[in-house]
Amino acid sequence: MAEPGPSGPAPRRNAARRATETLGSWRSDGAARWLFIWPAVLLILVLSLFPLVASLALSVSKLVFNPGKVDLDFIGFFNYQQLLFGLERSHFLGVLKSPNAIGWAILLGVVAFTALGLVRAARSGTVRPVGLALRLAGGVMLIGLVELLVQTLASDGGRPGSVVVTLIFVFAGILIQLSLGLGLALLAVQQVPWRRTFRILFLIPLTITPVGVGYMFLMMTDTSKGPFEPLWVALGLRNFTWVTDPWLARLAVIIGDTWQWTPFVFIVLLAALESLDQEVREAALVDGASRWQSFRHITMPALLPVTTTIVLIRIIEGFKIIDMPNILLGGGPGTATQSMTLQAYIDWNTLNLGRSAAVAYLLLILVSVVATVYVSFVRRRVTDLA
Amino acid sequence: MTNPFRRRSATDLSPRAKIGAFILLLAWAFVVLFPIYWLFVTSFKTPYEVDKGPFYFPFIDFQPTLDAWKYILLDLGNDTIRPYMNTVIVGLSSSVIALIVGSLAAYALVRFTYRPRVGIIGLFVGSLVLATIAAVAGTPPPIAIASGIAVFVILAQTIGRRFVRSLGNSDIAFWLISQRILPPIAVAVPLYVLFQQVHLLDNIAALILTYVATNLPIVVWLMRDYFASLPRELEESAAVDGASVYRIVRSIVLPISVPGLVATFLIVLIFAWNEFLIALVLTSAHAQTMPLQVAAQNATRGPQWWAMSVLIIIMIAPVVVMAVALERYITRGILVGALKG
Repeated sequence: MAEPGPSGPAPRRNAARRATETLGSWRSDGAARWLFIWPAVLLILVLSLFPLVASLALSVSKLVFNPGKVDLDFIGFFNYQQLLFGLERSHFLGVLKSPNAIGWAILLGVVAFTALGLVRAARSGTVRPVGLALRLAGGVMLIGLVELLVQTLASDGGRPGSVVVTLIFVFAGILIQLSLGLGLALLAVQQVPWRRTFRILFLIPLTITPVGVGYMFLMMTDTSKGPFEPLWVALGLRNFTWVTDPWLARLAVIIGDTWQWTPFVFIVLLAALESLDQEVREAALVDGASRWQSFRHITMPALLPVTTTIVLIRIIEGFKIIDMPNILLGGGPGTATQSMTLQAYIDWNTLNLGRSAAVAYLLLILVSVVATVYVSFVRRRVTDLA
Repeated sequence: MTNPFRRRSATDLSPRAKIGAFILLLAWAFVVLFPIYWLFVTSFKTPYEVDKGPFYFPFIDFQPTLDAWKYILLDLGNDTIRPYMNTVIVGLSSSVIALIVGSLAAYALVRFTYRPRVGIIGLFVGSLVLATIAAVAGTPPPIAIASGIAVFVILAQTIGRRFVRSLGNSDIAFWLISQRILPPIAVAVPLYVLFQQVHLLDNIAALILTYVATNLPIVVWLMRDYFASLPRELEESAAVDGASVYRIVRSIVLPISVPGLVATFLIVLIFAWNEFLIALVLTSAHAQTMPLQVAAQNATRGPQWWAMSVLIIIMIAPVVVMAVALERYITRGILVGALKG
């Protein structure tokens, strides 16, 4: 069969492999080799790769309703151009204004930091030109993203669009979930009563559908009928609603997301903590190290690799956020909590398939870039150290 | 009775610190449980009681009724049972299929050697792109697919054999696993068009297929690490004794992989059970799943908290019970993947 794969390995090479590898014969012979892997490869090809190509095609077309049928007209990069520079820019990227003093400081800081990193990589002599070029590209994209953040958030009159909102959800969420999850794992690993019960209880939010979590938090945040009504009244906030303020609305989404995902961080870190060798820690404590020192120099380095994996998983899954802002606030007020997926969904719902595909594609590019930059700049370094 | 907070060893926390840790853990347990408690309480309230303001304790500050439960389970009857059955069927079958297909691939990637050629892959992707462009430009899809395959076969047979560079197992694994990065929205719209062409829209088969594809990367990722951690001596001695690969997988690998399989199954099931966006795009009435049913409660007369609470409770109950019962497996399954990642 002429498919991507070894189409009949050369007999000589096969014989050599058989000699070097124990049991090479059963490993490279037989239909099982193909039978085992092809279903998975075919499924992914048909249901992931094909849609990806089709999505690219859709994103450069416009849906035209002719009598009796629907046609796709090729319109080039119009959808992208509209999102990045045209009418949809304020919705997608946000309203960009020149940064204020704090914005400039952040931007210059990031530029300096990136430049420093690049110079160090170039002078170390261990990085190949290709690696250097990739680092440069990654650095440029990082600066671009930071500039977008600064121009929409740390500027007078700027307003974030769905890209920035998604980034806020992902990174603010990760930051809070990581600190809470780590704290809880460190507490639960101690010899306290009911630790097993706690561990099972803390797992539950992970299993609840995000739609359900959205509604639960809609109830929780209701200031007139929700369970915390007396609290709101006492604070004089009875007629106050979360949903009218953009930042509070975003906060509500992040709280719901945190409730759901902190358990994930918690159970992974807890399991990692329990698999640690306790003797080193005990020896350090007996030798007079403080608890902070033993945490800083023994526990933390051991947890770093797992932590970077958790962050990677949360980056990948977090960018897909739609249920929570959709249920909680319908993306509102205005478009304040509209994530990229939600924006693409709304475009799809209003039959603007081309723009929906363009938004989805830009989301894919953004996740891939962020994940790749993260893996090559942060994760690899940490895993090498460990 | 001994003090549960006593210091057990030299490195243990002091009793006072332990009580502090315990209180903090209790606080988080409250954060976790309170929304769920509120869900339960609300499901036994009348619309009037929900509207009147917060009541916290059944029998003490309000009289619980089963009205909402009756409404959802009896009055709505089929409108609840159908999406529920859909969720059960889609969740279970997609998870089982993903588990089988993904585990086989994971096992193959650990135990066999593959050398896919770069050139052939390039040709394949090129043909796919050409076929898609042709289909979008107006060629009938069957013709576009057939000609794409023809172009690929001809080129692969002629110039394809000249490409020598090949990839390895880890490249295949990376490719399969990295598919998880794809945002569902990027595949949802083309899949909508695809399933429309083959008349599978609003059909649970379409959902099952799609969930298998979206969850396959997780299965490959977790199970590959799991299989890699198994000792291979047993399998090798069985192979020396002349057992076939199928036999080895069935009677040696399968029994010792049960913990990993259970964990992976649960994780994948949770994803399939709760998925919202793809179901929203691919179904309209007949094949709707529970997340859509829950979301639909908000529709016409504003959120009906009492009914929605009942729906959410019956929807999450099976998964929560399973997760609680099999907690050990989940932690282990996630950890195997995360530690090796």
